[in-house]
Amino acid sequence: MEKTVARSSAAPSKAMVRLYIAVTAVLAFTGFGQMPIFKRYYLADIPGLGWSANFYATHAIHYLGASLLFFLMAYHITGYFLAGRHSYSLTKSGWARVIFLAGLTVTGIFRVLKNMPDIVFSPNFTMFIDFAHLGFAMLFLFSCLGFLIFRTGWLKEVTHN
Amino acid sequence: MGKISRRSFIKGSLAAAGALSVSAAPLPASAKGIGPGELATMLDIGKCIGCGACVEACRDSNEHKFPEPDKPFPKMYPPRVKTADWSEQRDVDDRLTPYNWLFIQYADVEIDGEQTTLTVPRRCMHCTNPPCADLCPFGAARKLKNGITRIHPDICLGGAKCKMVCPWDIPERQTGVGPYLQVLPNFAGNGVMFKCDRCYDLIEQGNLPACIEACPEDVQTIGPRDEIIAAAYARAKEINGYVYGDKENGGTNTIYVSPVPFDVLNEALDKGPGMPHMAPVPDSMANADTLAKAMILAPIAGLAAGFIKFTGGGKPSNPSNKKES
Ligand code: HEM
Ligand code: SF4
Ligand code: SF4
Ligand code: SF4
Repeated sequence: MEKTVARSSAAPSKAMVRLYIAVTAVLAFTGFGQMPIFKRYYLADIPGLGWSANFYATHAIHYLGASLLFFLMAYHITGYFLAGRHSYSLTKSGWARVIFLAGLTVTGIFRVLKNMPDIVFSPNFTMFIDFAHLGFAMLFLFSCLGFLIFRTGWLKEVTHN
Repeated sequence: MGKISRRSFIKGSLAAAGALSVSAAPLPASAKGIGPGELATMLDIGKCIGCGACVEACRDSNEHKFPEPDKPFPKMYPPRVKTADWSEQRDVDDRLTPYNWLFIQYADVEIDGEQTTLTVPRRCMHCTNPPCADLCPFGAARKLKNGITRIHPDICLGGAKCKMVCPWDIPERQTGVGPYLQVLPNFAGNGVMFKCDRCYDLIEQGNLPACIEACPEDVQTIGPRDEIIAAAYARAKEINGYVYGDKENGGTNTIYVSPVPFDVLNEALDKGPGMPHMAPVPDSMANADTLAKAMILAPIAGLAAGFIKFTGGGKPSNPSNKKES
């Protein structure tokens, strides 16, 4: 029997889960803001959201969000190996999200590298990275939505018999 | 190396780079016909007589790249989305349009107490770290290894983000062409963005860009970036002039040399839509570069925090590892 867990010592605390959701939400929002749609679809007209049509602003926030995500990832991977590995493992849906997130991270890192002044990738590689990042973002968000509906958690307890 | 004439560019740089013939080696397209590093152009404003030969040459040489839009345009939602249609005004040559990638800009200035009109050929600056290409979400705007920034018409959706992030507002939109027609023409995209591609196809074949070739006054010089910059400063010294484009936006591959200071020139230029300024421009990507460097610290900090927390570097937080067995 799989028993999904909400939290425990090695599993992320409620505050951590909230922080993680907030960071991915910020990344998703500012990521989609990289495409010129927020102005067209009136989002930037909502009082207080004018900045969302400023590409340099959303870009900077996307970078900051990515940094926070890196922090959280490193923190929890460390935690998993130091404390959690024996008690918990990822559920199937957890694995799916981890893989999509890893894809996002890897393509995101290449996206960041491309923007550095001395790095020029070939046009085809750049295009591949762009569309792969977008593809992983879609997969990730849809999988989160699906798992939200079916309420599958990330972690399950390991049963030793 | 001294100044590089337009002939010696072909004979010197290209041959020296060992890429003198068109199809000598199966080099990647972006590297064909160039030496290592980026090519830049120098524009000696004082030499330009404003004859417009370059403008005409650009239009002739690139005509096959100009958009042929389908009409009527698909209706776009929400209705406030504006179309940009230059297809009925292809003759306009006094500003940038999708059918005019180079124009002559005028400035009435005073040199040594004498009133003169300077004529300045204007087009894309081909920035060394171009925000248009960095920030294009689809990889349609791309920087080539030879210093050219080009927008691919089969990939561009015409959202004009490149224009919005370009410090000079260079790319110009034509509605009714491009891949957006095949996706969701009513809801996403708005055509294709067009601008100077520095005749990437001619350069690939080892030829000069059309505007450079056509100029009777040899206003433009093209060559490896460091040599062009040295030549620009040497020329500026010679005429007691000024340089624009080497540091703007973090550096460009289009270096202007002017007999008057650029703040004076910029003040006097006709500016407006399709007519870019010549004001100082800070590096658009500097912020992103800083944040990217800071990004490296984030996982290290996460690792450290995790280590402290989970090895009980503090107090043991919980009776952990409650194994079910
Ligand atoms: C939950 C995580 C993330 C989501 C949902 C997300 C989403 C997006 C989306 C939708 C775009 C624009 C579409 C496209 O590139 O084709 C984008 C762009 C981008 N993302 Fe992410 N992203 C995420 C994580 C990351 C991470 C971890 C990084 C960096 C390490 C990153 C870096 C970037 C960059 C650099 C761009 C392009 C901005 C630009 O340079 O123009 N993203 N992101
Ligand atoms: S062809 Fe040469 S001289 Fe004539 S307008 Fe162009 S740059 Fe100036
Ligand atoms: S001048 Fe504008 S369009 Fe040209 S390369 Fe620079 S940012 Fe891109
Ligand atoms: S380099 Fe080519 S595309 Fe650019 S202005 Fe000159 S002729 Fe036109």
